[in-house]
Amino acid sequence: MIQISNLHKSYAMGSNSLHVLKGLNLEIEEGEFVSIMGSSGSGKSTLLNILGILDDYDRGTYYLGGKLIQGLNETKAAMTRNEMIGFIFQSFNLISFKNAMENVALPLYYQKVSRKKRNQIALEYLDRLGLKEWAGHLPSELSGGQKQRVAIARALISKPQIILADEPTGALDSATSFEVMDILKDINNQGKTVIIVTHEHDIAAMTKKIIRLKDGVIEEVIKNGDLQLFKERILTE
Amino acid sequence: MFDIDRWNEIWNALAKNKVRSLLTAFGVFWGIFMLIVMAGAGKGLQNGVSEGIAKFAANSAFFWSQQTSEPYKGFKRGRYWHMDSEDLQYLKDHVPEIEYITPKNFTGRFGNSSNVIRGRKNGSFNVKGDYPDYIKIDPSTVLKGRWINDLDIRDKRKVCVIGEKVFDSMFDVNENPVGQYLKISGVYYQVVGLIRAETKINVNGRTEESISLPFTTMLQTYNMGNQVHFLAITAKSGVPVSVVEDKVKEFIKKRHSIAPTDLQALNSVNIEKEFQQMSGLFLGIQILTWIVGIGTLMAGVIGVSNIMLVIIKERTKEIGVQRAIGATPRVIIGQIMLESVVLTTVAGYIGLSMGVGLLELVNRIIESAPAQGGDRAFFAHPEVSLTVAVSALCVLVIAGLFAGMIPASRAIQIKPIEALREE
Repeated sequence: MIQISNLHKSYAMGSNSLHVLKGLNLEIEEGEFVSIMGSSGSGKSTLLNILGILDDYDRGTYYLGGKLIQGLNETKAAMTRNEMIGFIFQSFNLISFKNAMENVALPLYYQKVSRKKRNQIALEYLDRLGLKEWAGHLPSELSGGQKQRVAIARALISKPQIILADEPTGALDSATSFEVMDILKDINNQGKTVIIVTHEHDIAAMTKKIIRLKDGVIEEVIKNGDLQLFKERILTE
Repeated sequence: MFDIDRWNEIWNALAKNKVRSLLTAFGVFWGIFMLIVMAGAGKGLQNGVSEGIAKFAANSAFFWSQQTSEPYKGFKRGRYWHMDSEDLQYLKDHVPEIEYITPKNFTGRFGNSSNVIRGRKNGSFNVKGDYPDYIKIDPSTVLKGRWINDLDIRDKRKVCVIGEKVFDSMFDVNENPVGQYLKISGVYYQVVGLIRAETKINVNGRTEESISLPFTTMLQTYNMGNQVHFLAITAKSGVPVSVVEDKVKEFIKKRHSIAPTDLQALNSVNIEKEFQQMSGLFLGIQILTWIVGIGTLMAGVIGVSNIMLVIIKERTKEIGVQRAIGATPRVIIGQIMLESVVLTTVAGYIGLSMGVGLLELVNRIIESAPAQGGDRAFFAHPEVSLTVAVSALCVLVIAGLFAGMIPASRAIQIKPIEALREE
């Protein structure tokens, strides 16, 4: 699903440049449930932005679903994002004056699906996440967990191949966090690739693969079977 | 464009901060309001003045004598002189371009002393000596009776034609003045006509406050010899008035031993030239109106642009989200442009309607006011043409697009990541 080789990215900071990603190689198969970890400055946000086609890279290659993602103009990038990627954000980022249903329907609006049809589909997705009764509510009337579920429904509605979640539980209490992680697990079980950026170890431990970044390269990859080991290790740290 | 979500978004962006939106809209409203009212007022002034002078013979010129300002042929400067009846005949014979030539004399109206008496009524009015042809140069409507005719001139009849104000103060409302007598400076004259001036050009006093005697009668009664105080001339069609004006001046100066370079001794007004100056003035007013109006409008539009920038700043995150989930730059630009056009057009349209409404109101007030001869204001039918209104609307839409341009380009420069990072 995702093949990245020798990826370089640097940001211009005034006169000098900051080299963030230094020849990163990464492969993620279809249907994987991956978390990306790393201390701040390790390049995990940069990597997520590049994965989400929110940002361009300097060198290397990035294939998404067999398609080379490189130097897309903003219109093409927007369309690719719309079709292939579902985003979930830490601060939910729902549109404040649209109700839950309209928020969920938004990606379909950009695909020019008729209003009636997209609202109907949005209701189905809200139903799946147990929020059907809340369809007419504005985001300000929802709890944090409900908001994140609406955001998840919005990420799913365009039937993307991968879900990118940036600190999806960062603004939630631990009980709600586990609920949200359960939902993401379900989504993954239905065959979707899910990639989470997080700094919380217990959240990362719920995924099937952990990628630890350090100084712009991958420090280690912890696979499913080693997770128990990983848990013990972070407890001693 | 007719998508309900789009309008919903516009409404939300503007309603979020109602006072700010209203103040911004007011800038545009005021700009277009000013433009319309000023254009309408300019037009009203033009209409008023044109209606006041439209009937006046545009191909006319007037002459009157003043003290000389240069010594010439042994005469010293500062000499008093008058044109005379012989000049008239001379000009008729030697200037073939003249169509009508009429002299006009005046007696002074000294202060407020009454010079006109009828029974127990008295009044102070201008008395003028006129020729029958004068009415062809400065048209008047004969309300009752007749104007001065050739027989009056030949026989030096003691008759007079009066203006409306004279009628009002010397006669009762329902009285017929024709055939009645007025005692003017001690001499009785029979009233033969009542006139109303059709123009607002006044020579030595307003027509409605004037009494016209036959020219020859006046010369004799007031012992004026063959003096001519004032000369009115029209040029034959196809001849510029200034040509006739120059010729007349040259001849008269020669006949009265006045230096050809003396600009003061024989004064003149060329109505043709005045008309041209007037139309130049109105063009100037129009240009000024548009400059000021567009300037005010621009200020309003810049206000809109500014506020749009602020709105975009506030909505950075929202725009970032929309772009992350697949809004193309076109969608974002279209949204912002539409928002700005809607704001300017709605505000502008209200300004346009209220401006037109105000003009209509003023028009009604003017029209309902009693129209009374020379009392009419130099202002009539303030209006804006459809062209002005339509072009103002076009300016608005273009201005709205212009106002949205900078904010829109700013909005698509925002990288989705940066927008999302902004906490």
